[in-house]
Amino acid sequence: MQKVYESATAALDGLLRDDMLIAAGGFGLCGIPELLIDAVVDSGVKNLTVASNNAGVDGFGLGKLLDTRQIKKMMSSYVGENAEFMRQYLSGELELEFNPQGTLAERMRAGGAGIAGFYTKTGYGTQIGEGKEVKTFPTGPDGQEEHYILEEGIFADLSIVKAWKADDTGNLVFRKTARNFNPPAAMCGKVCVVEVEEIVPRGSLDPDHIHLPGIYVHRIIQGEHEKRIEKVTTRKREEA
Amino acid sequence: MPWDRNQMAERAAQELEDGMYVNLGIGIPTLVANYVGDKDITLQSENGMLGMGPFPFEGEEDPDLINAGKQTITELNRTSYFDSAMSFAMIRGGKIAAAILGAMEVAENGDLANWMIPGKLVKGMGGAMDLVAGVEKVVVVMDHTNKAGEPKLLKECTLPLTGTGVVDRIITDLGVLDVVEGGLKIVETAPGVTEDEIREKTEATIV
Repeated sequence: MQKVYESATAALDGLLRDDMLIAAGGFGLCGIPELLIDAVVDSGVKNLTVASNNAGVDGFGLGKLLDTRQIKKMMSSYVGENAEFMRQYLSGELELEFNPQGTLAERMRAGGAGIAGFYTKTGYGTQIGEGKEVKTFPTGPDGQEEHYILEEGIFADLSIVKAWKADDTGNLVFRKTARNFNPPAAMCGKVCVVEVEEIVPRGSLDPDHIHLPGIYVHRIIQGEHEKRIEKVTTRKREEA
Repeated sequence: MPWDRNQMAERAAQELEDGMYVNLGIGIPTLVANYVGDKDITLQSENGMLGMGPFPFEGEEDPDLINAGKQTITELNRTSYFDSAMSFAMIRGGKIAAAILGAMEVAENGDLANWMIPGKLVKGMGGAMDLVAGVEKVVVVMDHTNKAGEPKLLKECTLPLTGTGVVDRIITDLGVLDVVEGGLKIVETAPGVTEDEIREKTEATIV
């Protein structure tokens, strides 16, 4: 069981093809698999469908794959930070499937948990619920019937995620809010490739503190991350 | 004098009670955190955090620590982190006591529109649809009218909905209204604002 690879390109070798569905972790630019995204750009694969909460910003993160027109369709909850995205979408070059954020996360988790579909109240009575099966359940405060819509699990061909640390068996530890979509995205792929800031020897992570067990992880790389901040907000010391 | 942004946030903070877990939206709702005073409130950030602290001091920003508005923030001694699936499990599961959100339109039956203007603004709903579907009490903070002076509290929303019958209370620059059987009920007016002025600037039925 050799999961550690030398580079992002080596880790993706043999896994990429046109028209595939990739699930990517990250929220905004926080916790995105920046090295693996670069390697997907370099590979030149096209007509990708990418399930990711956001679409990066112009020129960084998934924005790079938009600039090169390698993405055919995005499955996201919020894409407001990317002018090139908006241009491609409004001109009809790019398909967009809006998913409520919690629905997207649960669809990924479900796919990785062998659950083909689930009922949620989210989106009932809105555009999101149009064309989806509706069912009622007696879940109201006094047992009243409430409306739910059927959402399907996401079963991705490939997951690309970012964690803080991994051991060489793929056990993962995330850091602060950089965890976000990474565990559910990792779970839903047939193959999951992870980039981390540090690969540590087995035995050095506390087994009680593993956030995602290595069974979900197939290939690992270690590398330097830019970790760009989208909106730096601070307070002045004298306010403290 | 109608309330300004900060006064609206201050008024919205009165909706929060000791011990509540609360989610604050982007914009004026974010300012509500400045007015919770001594109340023991735990703020949830739907990107995966309970116990959100203030903005960091200059030079102490951490790229791994942001809020749902992508702003750098800090943690507190009560903070916990989790993934997005668990974050929305607690939201849909009814564990969050209150959400304070912005709105473009609210209808008299509590329908909310706050995520899309067709052909113009196509950013996405983010976590708003999950929040309004799952959170116990949904409070909307918004301007009473648009820039042209037209009502934003309507009989029916014209924009794509975020949720149906989900809004409990609306705080505007002019006052506070509750969604009740048959329409909206004025429960408070901003200083110097009359109920007649609110009626005049509201299309929704006032009961």
